[in-house]
Amino acid sequence: MIQADLNIILPEILLSVYAMVALIGAVYGGKDKLAPMLTWLTAIVFVLLGAWIGMTGAGENLAFDGMFQDDGFSRFAKVTILFSAAAVLIMGQDYMSRRGMLRFEYPVLIALSAVGMMMMVSAGDLMALYMGLELQSLALYVVASLRRDSVKSTEAGMKYFVLGALSSGLLLYGASLVYGFAGTTNFAGIIEAAGEGHIPLGLLFGLTFVTAGLAFKVSAVPFHMWTPDVYEGAPTPITAFFATAPKVAAMGLLARVLHDAFGGAVGDWQQIVALLSVLSMFLGAVAAIGQRNIKRLMAYSSIAHMGYALMGLAAGTAFGVQAMLIYMVIYVTMNVGTFAFILSMERDGQPVTDITSLNMYARREPGRALAMLILLFSLAGVPPLVGFFGKFYVLRAAYEAGLAWLAVLGVVASVVGAFYYLRIVFYMYFGEEGEALDKGRSVVQYVFLMASAAAMLLGVVNLFGIETVAQAASLALVN
Amino acid sequence: MIGLEHYLGVAATLFVIGIFGLFLNRKNVIILLMSIELILLSVNINLVAFSSFLGDLVGQVFTLFVLTVAAAEAAIGLAILVSFFRNRGTIAVEDVNVMKG
Repeated sequence: MIQADLNIILPEILLSVYAMVALIGAVYGGKDKLAPMLTWLTAIVFVLLGAWIGMTGAGENLAFDGMFQDDGFSRFAKVTILFSAAAVLIMGQDYMSRRGMLRFEYPVLIALSAVGMMMMVSAGDLMALYMGLELQSLALYVVASLRRDSVKSTEAGMKYFVLGALSSGLLLYGASLVYGFAGTTNFAGIIEAAGEGHIPLGLLFGLTFVTAGLAFKVSAVPFHMWTPDVYEGAPTPITAFFATAPKVAAMGLLARVLHDAFGGAVGDWQQIVALLSVLSMFLGAVAAIGQRNIKRLMAYSSIAHMGYALMGLAAGTAFGVQAMLIYMVIYVTMNVGTFAFILSMERDGQPVTDITSLNMYARREPGRALAMLILLFSLAGVPPLVGFFGKFYVLRAAYEAGLAWLAVLGVVASVVGAFYYLRIVFYMYFGEEGEALDKGRSVVQYVFLMASAAAMLLGVVNLFGIETVAQAASLALVN
Repeated sequence: MIGLEHYLGVAATLFVIGIFGLFLNRKNVIILLMSIELILLSVNINLVAFSSFLGDLVGQVFTLFVLTVAAAEAAIGLAILVSFFRNRGTIAVEDVNVMKG
Protein backbone atom coordinates (compact mmCIF):
# COMPACT_ATOMS: atom_id res chain seq x y z
CA MET A 1 0.00 0.00 0.00
CA ILE A 2 2.57 2.54 1.12
CA GLN A 3 4.91 1.23 -1.57
CA ALA A 4 2.32 1.96 -4.24
CA ASP A 5 1.77 5.46 -2.84
CA LEU A 6 5.47 6.18 -2.82
CA ASN A 7 5.78 5.02 -6.41
CA ILE A 8 3.17 7.55 -7.47
CA ILE A 9 4.99 10.47 -5.85
CA LEU A 10 8.41 9.24 -6.97
CA PRO A 11 9.15 12.28 -9.20
CA GLU A 12 8.50 14.67 -6.29
CA ILE A 13 10.60 12.55 -3.93
CA LEU A 14 13.47 12.43 -6.39
CA LEU A 15 13.41 16.19 -6.95
CA SER A 16 13.29 17.03 -3.25
CA VAL A 17 16.09 14.56 -2.47
CA TYR A 18 18.07 16.12 -5.32
CA ALA A 19 17.49 19.60 -3.86
CA MET A 20 18.69 18.53 -0.42
CA VAL A 21 21.73 16.67 -1.74
CA ALA A 22 22.61 19.67 -3.91
CA LEU A 23 22.30 22.01 -0.94
CA ILE A 24 24.48 19.89 1.37
CA GLY A 25 26.94 19.19 -1.42
CA ALA A 26 27.30 22.87 -2.26
CA VAL A 27 27.64 23.93 1.38
CA TYR A 28 30.45 21.43 2.02
CA GLY A 29 31.84 21.62 -1.50
CA GLY A 30 32.77 24.77 -3.31
CA LYS A 31 29.88 27.06 -2.32
CA ASP A 32 29.31 29.68 -5.03
CA LYS A 33 32.02 28.26 -7.27
CA LEU A 34 29.70 25.34 -7.90
CA ALA A 35 26.73 27.56 -8.70
CA PRO A 36 26.97 27.63 -12.53
CA MET A 37 27.43 23.86 -12.66
CA LEU A 38 24.58 23.38 -10.20
CA THR A 39 22.30 25.60 -12.28
CA TRP A 40 22.90 23.51 -15.38
CA LEU A 41 22.55 20.29 -13.41
CA THR A 42 19.23 21.42 -11.95
CA ALA A 43 17.98 22.35 -15.40
CA ILE A 44 18.99 18.92 -16.71
CA VAL A 45 17.23 17.23 -13.78
CA PHE A 46 14.11 19.27 -14.58
CA VAL A 47 14.18 18.27 -18.22
CA LEU A 48 14.77 14.59 -17.44
CA LEU A 49 11.99 14.53 -14.85
CA GLY A 50 9.64 16.37 -17.18
CA ALA A 51 10.36 13.95 -20.01
CA TRP A 52 9.95 11.01 -17.66
CA ILE A 53 6.60 12.26 -16.33
CA GLY A 54 5.41 13.07 -19.83
CA MET A 55 6.48 9.74 -21.37
CA THR A 56 5.65 7.17 -18.74
CA GLY A 57 2.68 8.54 -16.84
CA ALA A 58 -0.62 6.86 -17.60
CA GLY A 59 -4.10 6.72 -16.18
CA GLU A 60 -5.27 8.23 -12.93
CA ASN A 61 -3.47 7.24 -9.77
CA LEU A 62 -4.42 8.32 -6.27
CA ALA A 63 -1.92 8.26 -3.45
CA PHE A 64 -2.45 8.63 0.30
CA ASP A 65 -6.24 8.30 0.23
CA GLY A 66 -6.69 10.74 -2.58
CA MET A 67 -4.53 13.47 -1.04
CA PHE A 68 -2.27 13.35 -4.04
CA GLN A 69 -3.54 12.66 -7.52
CA ASP A 70 -1.50 11.92 -10.54
CA ASP A 71 -3.69 12.27 -13.62
CA GLY A 72 -3.44 13.62 -17.14
CA PHE A 73 -4.09 17.17 -15.95
CA SER A 74 -1.37 17.19 -13.32
CA ARG A 75 1.12 15.58 -15.70
CA PHE A 76 0.42 18.19 -18.37
CA ALA A 77 0.96 21.00 -15.90
CA LYS A 78 4.07 19.36 -14.43
CA VAL A 79 5.74 18.96 -17.81
CA THR A 80 5.03 22.62 -18.62
CA ILE A 81 6.33 23.75 -15.23
CA LEU A 82 9.52 21.70 -15.36
CA PHE A 83 10.43 22.60 -18.94
CA SER A 84 9.82 26.31 -18.47
CA ALA A 85 11.74 26.34 -15.18
CA ALA A 86 14.66 24.61 -16.91
CA ALA A 87 14.59 27.14 -19.75
CA VAL A 88 14.61 30.08 -17.34
CA LEU A 89 17.46 28.61 -15.29
CA ILE A 90 19.62 28.10 -18.36
CA MET A 91 19.03 31.47 -19.94
CA GLY A 92 19.58 33.41 -16.71
CA GLN A 93 22.78 31.65 -15.69
CA ASP A 94 25.16 33.83 -17.70
CA TYR A 95 23.39 37.06 -16.69
CA MET A 96 23.63 36.20 -13.00
CA SER A 97 27.22 34.93 -13.08
CA ARG A 98 28.49 38.11 -14.66
CA ARG A 99 26.86 40.22 -11.96
CA GLY A 100 28.07 38.02 -9.16
CA MET A 101 24.61 37.13 -7.93
CA LEU A 102 24.61 33.50 -8.94
CA ARG A 103 24.66 31.91 -5.52
CA PHE A 104 24.38 28.19 -5.10
CA GLU A 105 21.11 28.67 -3.20
CA TYR A 106 19.41 29.89 -6.37
CA PRO A 107 19.10 26.56 -8.24
CA VAL A 108 18.34 24.76 -4.98
CA LEU A 109 15.50 27.14 -4.15
CA ILE A 110 14.14 26.90 -7.67
CA ALA A 111 14.19 23.11 -7.36
CA LEU A 112 12.32 23.28 -4.06
CA SER A 113 9.74 25.65 -5.48
CA ALA A 114 9.35 23.25 -8.42
CA VAL A 115 8.56 20.48 -5.92
CA GLY A 116 5.95 22.79 -4.40
CA MET A 117 4.46 23.53 -7.80
CA MET A 118 4.27 19.83 -8.63
CA MET A 119 2.47 19.27 -5.34
CA MET A 120 0.08 22.11 -6.12
CA VAL A 121 -1.12 20.75 -9.43
CA SER A 122 -1.49 17.26 -7.96
CA ALA A 123 -3.26 18.28 -4.77
CA GLY A 124 -6.35 16.27 -3.90
CA ASP A 125 -6.85 17.66 -0.45
CA LEU A 126 -6.84 21.08 1.20
CA MET A 127 -3.80 20.15 3.27
CA ALA A 128 -1.80 18.98 0.28
CA LEU A 129 -2.87 22.16 -1.51
CA TYR A 130 -1.66 24.35 1.34
CA MET A 131 1.65 22.56 1.81
CA GLY A 132 2.43 22.66 -1.89
CA LEU A 133 1.50 26.31 -2.15
CA GLU A 134 3.62 27.29 0.84
CA LEU A 135 6.63 25.29 -0.29
CA GLN A 136 6.48 27.14 -3.58
CA SER A 137 5.81 30.57 -2.06
CA LEU A 138 8.42 30.40 0.70
CA ALA A 139 11.10 29.51 -1.83
CA LEU A 140 9.96 32.33 -4.11
CA TYR A 141 9.99 34.98 -1.34
CA VAL A 142 13.66 34.21 -0.79
CA VAL A 143 14.45 34.12 -4.49
CA ALA A 144 12.80 37.53 -5.03
CA SER A 145 15.17 39.13 -2.54
CA LEU A 146 18.16 37.09 -3.70
CA ARG A 147 20.18 40.21 -4.38
CA ARG A 148 20.43 41.09 -0.76
CA ASP A 149 22.63 44.16 -1.24
CA SER A 150 20.09 45.82 -3.50
CA VAL A 151 17.36 48.05 -2.10
CA LYS A 152 14.99 47.21 -4.92
CA SER A 153 15.42 43.47 -4.65
CA THR A 154 14.91 43.33 -0.89
CA GLU A 155 11.95 45.66 -1.17
CA ALA A 156 10.47 43.39 -3.83
CA GLY A 157 11.01 40.41 -1.54
CA MET A 158 9.38 42.22 1.34
CA LYS A 159 6.30 43.27 -0.63
CA TYR A 160 5.97 39.81 -2.12
CA PHE A 161 6.30 38.25 1.31
CA VAL A 162 3.72 40.43 3.06
CA LEU A 163 1.10 40.17 0.31
CA GLY A 164 1.85 36.50 -0.30
CA ALA A 165 1.44 35.72 3.38
CA LEU A 166 -1.82 37.67 3.41
CA SER A 167 -3.08 35.65 0.46
CA SER A 168 -2.08 32.40 2.17
CA GLY A 169 -4.00 33.60 5.19
CA LEU A 170 -7.12 34.30 3.13
CA LEU A 171 -6.81 30.92 1.45
CA LEU A 172 -6.39 29.15 4.79
CA TYR A 173 -9.36 30.91 6.32
CA GLY A 174 -11.40 29.74 3.37
CA ALA A 175 -9.98 26.25 3.73
CA SER A 176 -10.97 26.15 7.41
CA LEU A 177 -14.53 27.20 6.53
CA VAL A 178 -14.73 24.60 3.77
CA TYR A 179 -13.48 21.97 6.19
CA GLY A 180 -16.02 22.99 8.81
CA PHE A 181 -19.01 23.03 6.51
CA ALA A 182 -18.09 20.03 4.38
CA GLY A 183 -16.69 17.98 7.26
CA THR A 184 -13.68 16.87 5.26
CA THR A 185 -10.61 18.33 3.61
CA ASN A 186 -10.65 15.85 0.76
CA PHE A 187 -11.72 17.25 -2.62
CA ALA A 188 -13.74 14.13 -3.39
CA GLY A 189 -15.54 14.53 -0.04
CA ILE A 190 -16.11 18.25 -0.55
CA ILE A 191 -17.73 17.78 -3.94
CA GLU A 192 -20.09 15.26 -2.36
CA ALA A 193 -20.97 17.59 0.51
CA ALA A 194 -21.46 20.51 -1.87
CA GLY A 195 -23.85 18.53 -4.04
CA GLU A 196 -25.35 19.74 -7.29
CA GLY A 197 -26.74 23.21 -7.85
CA HIS A 198 -26.20 25.99 -5.31
CA ILE A 199 -23.93 25.23 -2.39
CA PRO A 200 -24.62 26.10 1.26
CA LEU A 201 -23.68 29.58 2.46
CA GLY A 202 -20.78 28.46 4.66
CA LEU A 203 -19.13 26.60 1.80
CA LEU A 204 -19.73 29.56 -0.49
CA PHE A 205 -17.81 31.79 1.94
CA GLY A 206 -15.01 29.25 2.02
CA LEU A 207 -14.97 29.00 -1.75
CA THR A 208 -14.79 32.79 -2.08
CA PHE A 209 -11.87 33.08 0.32
CA VAL A 210 -9.99 30.23 -1.35
CA THR A 211 -10.54 31.78 -4.78
CA ALA A 212 -9.36 35.17 -3.50
CA GLY A 213 -6.22 33.60 -2.06
CA LEU A 214 -5.44 31.84 -5.31
CA ALA A 215 -6.23 34.96 -7.34
CA PHE A 216 -3.35 36.61 -5.47
CA LYS A 217 -1.03 33.87 -6.65
CA VAL A 218 -2.06 34.20 -10.30
CA SER A 219 -1.99 38.01 -9.86
CA ALA A 220 -5.54 38.58 -11.02
CA VAL A 221 -7.07 42.01 -10.43
CA PRO A 222 -8.01 43.16 -7.72
CA PHE A 223 -5.25 41.11 -6.07
CA HIS A 224 -2.46 42.18 -8.41
CA MET A 225 -0.78 45.05 -6.52
CA TRP A 226 2.40 43.14 -5.80
CA THR A 227 3.08 42.09 -9.38
CA PRO A 228 4.59 45.25 -10.96
CA ASP A 229 6.82 45.98 -7.97
CA VAL A 230 8.05 42.42 -7.60
CA TYR A 231 8.69 42.12 -11.34
CA GLU A 232 10.62 45.38 -11.37
CA GLY A 233 12.58 44.81 -8.19
CA ALA A 234 13.62 41.20 -8.58
CA PRO A 235 16.66 40.41 -10.74
CA THR A 236 15.55 39.85 -14.33
CA PRO A 237 16.14 36.05 -14.53
CA ILE A 238 13.99 35.70 -11.43
CA THR A 239 11.32 37.92 -12.92
CA ALA A 240 11.36 35.60 -15.92
CA PHE A 241 10.83 32.69 -13.57
CA PHE A 242 7.94 34.44 -11.77
CA ALA A 243 6.26 35.10 -15.09
CA THR A 244 6.30 31.46 -16.18
CA ALA A 245 6.23 28.35 -13.98
CA PRO A 246 4.48 29.67 -10.83
CA LYS A 247 1.70 31.12 -12.99
CA VAL A 248 1.07 27.72 -14.59
CA ALA A 249 1.07 26.06 -11.17
CA ALA A 250 -1.33 28.57 -9.65
CA MET A 251 -3.71 28.36 -12.61
CA GLY A 252 -3.54 24.57 -12.42
CA LEU A 253 -4.30 24.67 -8.73
CA LEU A 254 -7.21 27.06 -9.24
CA ALA A 255 -8.64 24.80 -11.93
CA ARG A 256 -8.17 21.82 -9.67
CA VAL A 257 -9.97 23.39 -6.71
CA LEU A 258 -12.81 24.77 -8.80
CA HIS A 259 -13.46 21.59 -10.75
CA ASP A 260 -12.41 18.85 -8.33
CA ALA A 261 -13.86 20.30 -5.15
CA PHE A 262 -16.62 22.57 -6.42
CA GLY A 263 -17.35 21.07 -9.83
CA GLY A 264 -21.03 20.68 -8.95
CA ALA A 265 -21.48 24.39 -8.32
CA VAL A 266 -20.18 25.94 -11.52
CA GLY A 267 -22.88 28.61 -11.36
CA ASP A 268 -21.61 29.78 -7.98
CA TRP A 269 -18.01 30.43 -8.95
CA GLN A 270 -18.50 31.28 -12.59
CA GLN A 271 -19.33 34.92 -11.86
CA ILE A 272 -16.38 35.34 -9.49
CA VAL A 273 -13.92 33.99 -12.04
CA ALA A 274 -15.52 35.94 -14.90
CA LEU A 275 -15.26 39.15 -12.87
CA LEU A 276 -11.59 38.49 -12.05
CA SER A 277 -11.02 37.81 -15.72
CA VAL A 278 -12.63 41.03 -17.00
CA LEU A 279 -10.88 43.22 -14.43
CA SER A 280 -7.49 41.62 -15.12
CA MET A 281 -7.80 41.97 -18.88
CA PHE A 282 -8.73 45.63 -18.72
CA LEU A 283 -6.36 46.72 -15.99
CA GLY A 284 -3.52 44.84 -17.66
CA ALA A 285 -4.30 46.50 -20.98
CA VAL A 286 -4.80 50.04 -19.69
CA ALA A 287 -2.19 50.31 -16.93
CA ALA A 288 0.65 49.06 -19.13
CA ILE A 289 0.25 51.99 -21.50
CA GLY A 290 2.01 54.41 -19.17
CA GLN A 291 4.93 52.12 -18.37
CA ARG A 292 8.46 52.91 -19.54
CA ASN A 293 10.15 50.05 -17.72
CA ILE A 294 9.91 46.87 -19.76
CA LYS A 295 9.80 44.67 -16.65
CA ARG A 296 6.84 46.59 -15.25
CA LEU A 297 5.27 46.45 -18.67
CA MET A 298 5.66 42.67 -18.72
CA ALA A 299 4.06 42.56 -15.26
CA TYR A 300 0.93 44.27 -16.56
CA SER A 301 1.10 42.11 -19.64
CA SER A 302 1.11 39.01 -17.47
CA ILE A 303 -1.86 40.34 -15.49
CA ALA A 304 -3.77 40.76 -18.76
CA HIS A 305 -2.76 37.29 -19.93
CA MET A 306 -3.94 35.76 -16.66
CA GLY A 307 -7.26 37.44 -17.34
CA TYR A 308 -7.54 35.52 -20.62
CA ALA A 309 -6.55 32.24 -18.98
CA LEU A 310 -9.19 32.85 -16.31
CA MET A 311 -11.72 33.39 -19.09
CA GLY A 312 -11.19 29.79 -20.15
CA LEU A 313 -11.67 28.70 -16.57
CA ALA A 314 -14.80 30.84 -16.20
CA ALA A 315 -16.46 28.81 -18.95
CA GLY A 316 -16.63 25.97 -16.44
CA THR A 317 -16.47 23.27 -19.11
CA ALA A 318 -13.91 20.69 -20.14
CA PHE A 319 -13.29 22.74 -23.27
CA GLY A 320 -12.68 25.78 -21.09
CA VAL A 321 -10.00 23.94 -19.13
CA GLN A 322 -8.47 22.73 -22.39
CA ALA A 323 -8.41 26.31 -23.68
CA MET A 324 -6.83 27.49 -20.42
CA LEU A 325 -4.10 24.85 -20.65
CA ILE A 326 -3.32 25.68 -24.27
CA TYR A 327 -3.27 29.36 -23.39
CA MET A 328 -0.86 28.81 -20.51
CA VAL A 329 1.56 26.76 -22.64
CA ILE A 330 1.56 29.43 -25.34
CA TYR A 331 1.92 32.19 -22.76
CA VAL A 332 4.90 30.48 -21.14
CA THR A 333 6.61 29.90 -24.48
CA MET A 334 6.17 33.55 -25.47
CA ASN A 335 7.40 34.78 -22.12
CA VAL A 336 10.53 32.63 -22.20
CA GLY A 337 11.44 34.20 -25.55
CA THR A 338 10.57 37.73 -24.47
CA PHE A 339 12.57 37.48 -21.28
CA ALA A 340 15.51 35.99 -23.18
CA PHE A 341 15.41 39.24 -25.13
CA ILE A 342 15.04 41.43 -22.02
CA LEU A 343 17.99 39.62 -20.41
CA SER A 344 20.14 40.50 -23.40
CA MET A 345 19.27 44.23 -23.17
CA GLU A 346 22.33 45.92 -21.74
CA ARG A 347 24.51 48.95 -22.28
CA ASP A 348 28.19 48.87 -21.27
CA GLY A 349 27.52 45.60 -19.48
CA GLN A 350 24.78 47.10 -17.30
CA PRO A 351 21.20 45.88 -17.62
CA VAL A 352 18.80 48.37 -19.19
CA THR A 353 15.05 48.14 -18.77
CA ASP A 354 13.84 51.39 -20.32
CA ILE A 355 11.86 50.73 -23.49
CA THR A 356 13.11 53.89 -25.18
CA SER A 357 16.61 52.36 -25.15
CA LEU A 358 15.35 50.10 -27.95
CA ASN A 359 15.30 53.03 -30.38
CA MET A 360 16.34 51.90 -33.84
CA TYR A 361 17.31 48.51 -32.51
CA ALA A 362 16.24 46.91 -35.78
CA ARG A 363 18.95 48.71 -37.75
CA ARG A 364 21.72 47.29 -35.61
CA GLU A 365 20.42 43.79 -34.96
CA PRO A 366 17.74 42.95 -37.50
CA GLY A 367 17.55 39.25 -36.58
CA ARG A 368 16.83 39.79 -32.90
CA ALA A 369 14.49 42.67 -33.63
CA LEU A 370 12.50 40.50 -36.01
CA ALA A 371 12.23 37.70 -33.45
CA MET A 372 11.08 40.18 -30.81
CA LEU A 373 8.59 41.64 -33.29
CA ILE A 374 7.08 38.20 -33.82
CA LEU A 375 6.89 37.59 -30.06
CA LEU A 376 5.29 40.96 -29.38
CA PHE A 377 2.72 40.46 -32.13
CA SER A 378 2.03 37.05 -30.70
CA LEU A 379 1.65 38.47 -27.18
CA ALA A 380 -0.78 41.02 -28.57
CA GLY A 381 -2.72 38.21 -30.25
CA VAL A 382 -2.28 39.32 -33.84
CA PRO A 383 -3.34 36.62 -36.30
CA PRO A 384 -1.96 34.37 -37.69
CA LEU A 385 0.61 33.93 -34.91
CA VAL A 386 0.23 31.31 -32.22
CA GLY A 387 -0.72 33.87 -29.57
CA PHE A 388 -3.87 34.52 -31.56
CA PHE A 389 -4.88 30.88 -31.34
CA GLY A 390 -4.50 30.93 -27.56
CA LYS A 391 -6.90 33.85 -27.39
CA PHE A 392 -9.19 32.24 -29.95
CA TYR A 393 -9.57 29.10 -27.83
CA VAL A 394 -10.46 30.93 -24.61
CA LEU A 395 -12.86 33.26 -26.43
CA ARG A 396 -14.55 30.30 -28.04
CA ALA A 397 -14.79 28.49 -24.69
CA ALA A 398 -16.40 31.54 -23.08
CA TYR A 399 -18.77 32.00 -26.01
CA GLU A 400 -19.87 28.36 -26.04
CA ALA A 401 -20.50 28.48 -22.28
CA GLY A 402 -22.97 31.34 -22.80
CA LEU A 403 -20.58 34.08 -21.69
CA ALA A 404 -20.72 36.02 -24.93
CA TRP A 405 -20.36 39.35 -23.07
CA LEU A 406 -17.09 38.10 -21.57
CA ALA A 407 -15.77 37.12 -24.99
CA VAL A 408 -16.69 40.53 -26.44
CA LEU A 409 -14.97 42.35 -23.57
CA GLY A 410 -11.95 40.11 -24.09
CA VAL A 411 -11.68 41.17 -27.72
CA VAL A 412 -11.98 44.84 -26.74
CA ALA A 413 -9.28 44.48 -24.07
CA SER A 414 -6.95 42.74 -26.49
CA VAL A 415 -7.31 45.59 -28.99
CA VAL A 416 -6.52 48.12 -26.24
CA GLY A 417 -3.61 46.01 -25.07
CA ALA A 418 -2.12 45.69 -28.54
CA PHE A 419 -1.15 49.37 -28.31
CA TYR A 420 1.73 48.98 -25.89
CA TYR A 421 3.18 45.95 -27.61
CA LEU A 422 3.10 47.78 -30.90
CA ARG A 423 4.75 50.79 -29.31
CA ILE A 424 7.82 48.68 -28.52
CA VAL A 425 7.84 47.55 -32.14
CA PHE A 426 7.59 51.20 -33.17
CA TYR A 427 10.63 52.10 -31.06
CA MET A 428 12.61 49.22 -32.49
CA TYR A 429 11.88 50.08 -36.11
CA PHE A 430 11.08 53.79 -36.31
CA GLY A 431 12.31 55.37 -33.07
CA GLU A 432 14.74 58.24 -32.81
CA GLU A 433 18.42 57.54 -32.96
CA GLY A 434 19.77 57.15 -29.43
CA GLU A 435 22.58 55.53 -27.51
CA ALA A 436 23.00 52.00 -28.78
CA LEU A 437 22.62 48.89 -26.70
CA ASP A 438 25.48 46.40 -26.53
CA LYS A 439 25.62 43.62 -29.06
CA GLY A 440 23.96 40.57 -27.55
CA ARG A 441 26.67 38.18 -26.53
CA SER A 442 24.92 35.28 -24.86
CA VAL A 443 24.39 32.43 -27.31
CA VAL A 444 21.93 30.71 -24.98
CA GLN A 445 19.63 33.73 -24.82
CA TYR A 446 19.83 34.08 -28.59
CA VAL A 447 18.85 30.44 -29.04
CA PHE A 448 15.87 30.75 -26.69
CA LEU A 449 14.71 33.98 -28.32
CA MET A 450 14.91 32.50 -31.81
CA ALA A 451 13.39 29.16 -30.80
CA SER A 452 10.47 30.86 -29.10
CA ALA A 453 9.85 33.16 -32.07
CA ALA A 454 10.09 30.21 -34.45
CA ALA A 455 7.59 28.30 -32.33
CA MET A 456 5.19 31.25 -32.65
CA LEU A 457 5.45 31.00 -36.44
CA LEU A 458 5.61 27.24 -36.96
CA GLY A 459 3.04 26.44 -34.30
CA VAL A 460 0.23 27.78 -36.45
CA VAL A 461 0.28 24.53 -38.42
CA ASN A 462 -1.01 22.31 -35.63
CA LEU A 463 0.14 23.93 -32.35
CA PHE A 464 2.67 21.05 -32.12
CA GLY A 465 -0.14 18.67 -31.24
CA ILE A 466 -0.73 20.33 -27.89
CA GLU A 467 -4.44 20.51 -28.58
CA THR A 468 -5.12 16.78 -28.22
CA VAL A 469 -2.86 16.43 -25.17
CA ALA A 470 -4.59 19.36 -23.49
CA GLN A 471 -7.95 17.85 -24.34
CA ALA A 472 -7.03 14.57 -22.65
CA ALA A 473 -5.73 16.53 -19.66
CA SER A 474 -8.91 18.57 -19.34
CA LEU A 475 -11.10 15.47 -19.58
CA ALA A 476 -9.09 13.93 -16.74
CA LEU A 477 -9.98 16.93 -14.59
CA VAL A 478 -13.58 17.62 -15.59
CA ASN A 479 -15.84 14.62 -15.62
CA MET B 1 -22.72 27.08 27.35
CA ILE B 2 -20.04 27.99 24.84
CA GLY B 3 -20.92 26.65 21.41
CA LEU B 4 -19.24 26.45 18.04
CA GLU B 5 -20.44 29.88 16.98
CA HIS B 6 -18.57 31.54 19.85
CA TYR B 7 -15.31 30.04 18.72
CA LEU B 8 -16.01 31.00 15.15
CA GLY B 9 -16.86 34.50 16.33
CA VAL B 10 -13.52 34.86 18.13
CA ALA B 11 -11.68 33.49 15.10
CA ALA B 12 -13.49 35.85 12.73
CA THR B 13 -12.72 38.81 15.02
CA LEU B 14 -9.03 37.91 15.16
CA PHE B 15 -8.98 37.46 11.39
CA VAL B 16 -10.48 40.90 10.81
CA ILE B 17 -8.08 42.49 13.33
CA GLY B 18 -5.22 40.86 11.44
CA ILE B 19 -6.43 42.14 8.06
CA PHE B 20 -6.91 45.65 9.44
CA GLY B 21 -3.49 45.48 11.06
CA LEU B 22 -2.00 44.81 7.65
CA PHE B 23 -3.76 47.64 5.88
CA LEU B 24 -4.02 50.40 8.48
CA ASN B 25 -0.57 50.02 9.98
CA ARG B 26 1.77 52.75 8.76
CA LYS B 27 4.51 52.37 11.29
CA ASN B 28 6.47 49.22 11.46
CA VAL B 29 7.00 46.13 9.36
CA ILE B 30 7.20 43.97 12.50
CA ILE B 31 3.54 44.78 13.08
CA LEU B 32 2.81 43.38 9.63
CA LEU B 33 4.44 40.10 10.67
CA MET B 34 2.38 40.07 13.85
CA SER B 35 -0.81 40.69 11.86
CA ILE B 36 0.02 37.80 9.56
CA GLU B 37 0.57 35.60 12.61
CA LEU B 38 -2.78 36.72 13.97
CA ILE B 39 -4.53 35.71 10.74
CA LEU B 40 -2.94 32.27 10.81
CA LEU B 41 -3.84 31.78 14.48
CA SER B 42 -7.45 32.71 13.84
CA VAL B 43 -7.48 29.99 11.20
CA ASN B 44 -6.12 27.56 13.76
CA ILE B 45 -8.91 28.39 16.21
CA ASN B 46 -11.40 27.81 13.40
CA LEU B 47 -9.87 24.47 12.51
CA VAL B 48 -9.67 23.17 16.07
CA ALA B 49 -13.21 24.32 16.83
CA PHE B 50 -14.56 22.60 13.74
CA SER B 51 -12.49 19.53 14.48
CA SER B 52 -13.89 19.19 17.98
CA PHE B 53 -17.41 19.97 16.78
CA LEU B 54 -17.28 17.41 13.98
CA GLY B 55 -15.46 14.82 16.09
CA ASP B 56 -12.93 14.54 13.28
CA LEU B 57 -9.17 14.64 13.84
CA VAL B 58 -8.22 15.98 10.41
CA GLY B 59 -8.73 19.57 11.52
CA GLN B 60 -6.18 19.22 14.30
CA VAL B 61 -3.67 17.64 11.96
CA PHE B 62 -4.22 20.59 9.63
CA THR B 63 -3.58 22.94 12.57
CA LEU B 64 -0.21 21.32 13.22
CA PHE B 65 0.75 21.82 9.58
CA VAL B 66 -0.34 25.44 9.72
CA LEU B 67 1.68 26.06 12.89
CA THR B 68 4.80 24.59 11.32
CA VAL B 69 4.45 26.56 8.12
CA ALA B 70 3.72 29.74 10.10
CA ALA B 71 7.01 29.32 11.94
CA ALA B 72 8.90 28.87 8.67
CA GLU B 73 7.10 31.84 7.18
CA ALA B 74 7.99 34.08 10.13
CA ALA B 75 11.63 33.02 9.86
CA ILE B 76 11.76 33.93 6.18
CA GLY B 77 9.89 37.18 6.79
CA LEU B 78 12.36 38.24 9.47
CA ALA B 79 15.30 37.28 7.26
CA ILE B 80 13.99 39.46 4.43
CA LEU B 81 13.34 42.21 6.97
CA VAL B 82 16.94 42.08 8.20
CA SER B 83 18.37 42.38 4.70
CA PHE B 84 15.95 45.21 3.97
CA PHE B 85 17.05 47.01 7.13
CA ARG B 86 20.70 46.64 6.12
CA ASN B 87 19.98 48.41 2.84
CA ARG B 88 17.63 51.12 4.01
CA GLY B 89 18.43 51.56 7.69
CA THR B 90 14.73 51.66 8.51
CA ILE B 91 11.81 49.30 8.78
CA ALA B 92 9.00 51.85 8.68
CA VAL B 93 6.26 50.82 6.28
CA GLU B 94 6.22 54.30 4.72
CA ASP B 95 9.79 53.79 3.59
CA VAL B 96 9.03 50.66 1.59
CA ASN B 97 8.50 52.89 -1.43
CA VAL B 98 11.46 52.84 -3.81
CA MET B 99 9.10 51.41 -6.41
CA LYS B 100 5.57 52.64 -6.45
CA GLY B 101 2.76 50.31 -7.27
